[in-house]
Amino acid sequence: MDKIILAENLSLGYTRHETIISKAAFAIDSGSFIFITGASGSGKSTLLKSFFGALPVLSGSLTVGGVDMNGIGSKKLNFLRRHIGIVFQDYKLVKEWTIEKNVMLPLLINGYARDVSELQVEKLLGHVKLSHQRGKYPVELSGGEQQRVAMARALSHNPILILADEPTGNLDEYSSKVIWGLLEGANTQLDATVVVVTHHIPETFGTPYKHYHIEHGDIYEVS
Amino acid sequence: MKSLKSHFSLITALFSILITLQLFLSLDRVITAYEQTLGENYGIVVVSDSNLSEHFFKKIDASIKEAEALSPKQMLQSLQEHTGDSGINLMELKLPYFYRLRLKHFISPSDARTLGLKLQRETAISRVETFAQQHDTIYRLLQLFKGVIIVITAVLFLVTSLLIIKEMRLWQFQHRERMNIMALFGAPVWLRSAVLFRLAIVDAVIASILATIIFLTIEHYGWVDRILELVQVHVALFDPLTDLPLLFTVAISLSILLASMIVMGHKEEV
Repeated sequence: MDKIILAENLSLGYTRHETIISKAAFAIDSGSFIFITGASGSGKSTLLKSFFGALPVLSGSLTVGGVDMNGIGSKKLNFLRRHIGIVFQDYKLVKEWTIEKNVMLPLLINGYARDVSELQVEKLLGHVKLSHQRGKYPVELSGGEQQRVAMARALSHNPILILADEPTGNLDEYSSKVIWGLLEGANTQLDATVVVVTHHIPETFGTPYKHYHIEHGDIYEVS
Repeated sequence: MKSLKSHFSLITALFSILITLQLFLSLDRVITAYEQTLGENYGIVVVSDSNLSEHFFKKIDASIKEAEALSPKQMLQSLQEHTGDSGINLMELKLPYFYRLRLKHFISPSDARTLGLKLQRETAISRVETFAQQHDTIYRLLQLFKGVIIVITAVLFLVTSLLIIKEMRLWQFQHRERMNIMALFGAPVWLRSAVLFRLAIVDAVIASILATIIFLTIEHYGWVDRILELVQVHVALFDPLTDLPLLFTVAISLSILLASMIVMGHKEEV
């Protein structure tokens, strides 16, 4: 099976003197569903950031989607990011844009035609049960609704890799259910690799998954 | 509302710079025209025992535009009452030739002195009057006026530039979040900053149009023309053919520079 993420001897941190992840080695298969857990401050989000190039590799090697992340240039990084869907705990929606335009963002960046993009947005807003809110601005929505918009945006361009950082951290039960349902659907129906950083794996989660845990800068697979 | 406020601030700053620039251009034009008028009115009087041609004077110095022979008739007519016709005829024969030399432009006091000395060195010329004191006073006044205008322009330019830099920091803050999010989904730099450039260019166009309207109104109603007529200066304060493209170019260049600095200063934060 192809490896979509491959780490060897990987060290990560915000300064050279203070590593958060140290000499980690793991491989993530294409099309798999991955949970990464760990205590607060253990380095879960740091690891996820390195997957989309928001944090440089201190030492070792990291390959994402066949792209070497060591000293990656902006052109290559943009190319890689156009094939990734990201969901953050704080949603990261553009405040001055409508819900519709926020969901359309990856499609516009990928150069899809306007009519194709509009159809896709309509479909996705239907999936997240927000079709009636399309003309509203993020501040007019609840936290759960904003996260559903972020989820629709992450899926809009059919990414090969979905990275989610505590996607249901602050959400109500209904929104959490919708988010998990969409992540599972992306994995099983669209064959996207999903990597979720979370504190807790939902007990009712039905899709086969792999579980990695981070502790003291070390990553290991939980069987 | 916030966005409107930020637009208004940039438009005001750009508008101030354009008004300052146009004022400087207009005043420079007025001073140049006034200098020309002064140059035309200023004349060096030369006395010679022989009849000299204009070519003779032009050969002495390139700044001499023309030489006009002064007729002594008027002066002689006033003397006629006291001396009678025979005395006047004799005086006319004995009188030297007087010439008034007009210059191509208004020269500096040192150039006037050098020209005076050059003329005096000619054996055919017996006396030269450069009216040095009067000339020096006018020249120094003009230089002072020019200096004051340059200082005022520089100060205004500095103040408005500081306003623009302040504005730039505000814009950097306002647009950072959107640019960060776009970067996360792989938007190239040009796409991330397209909105910024579009806003900057729109503001530059609005500021240029406002400045143009102000100067065209002043020109149309001739408020300044009436004052300039008193000093015999006739210039266009705002020439749409040359000034309008200049204002547009300056405003758009400044706003593009501002937007580029924001883009270059942007660091991705997640």
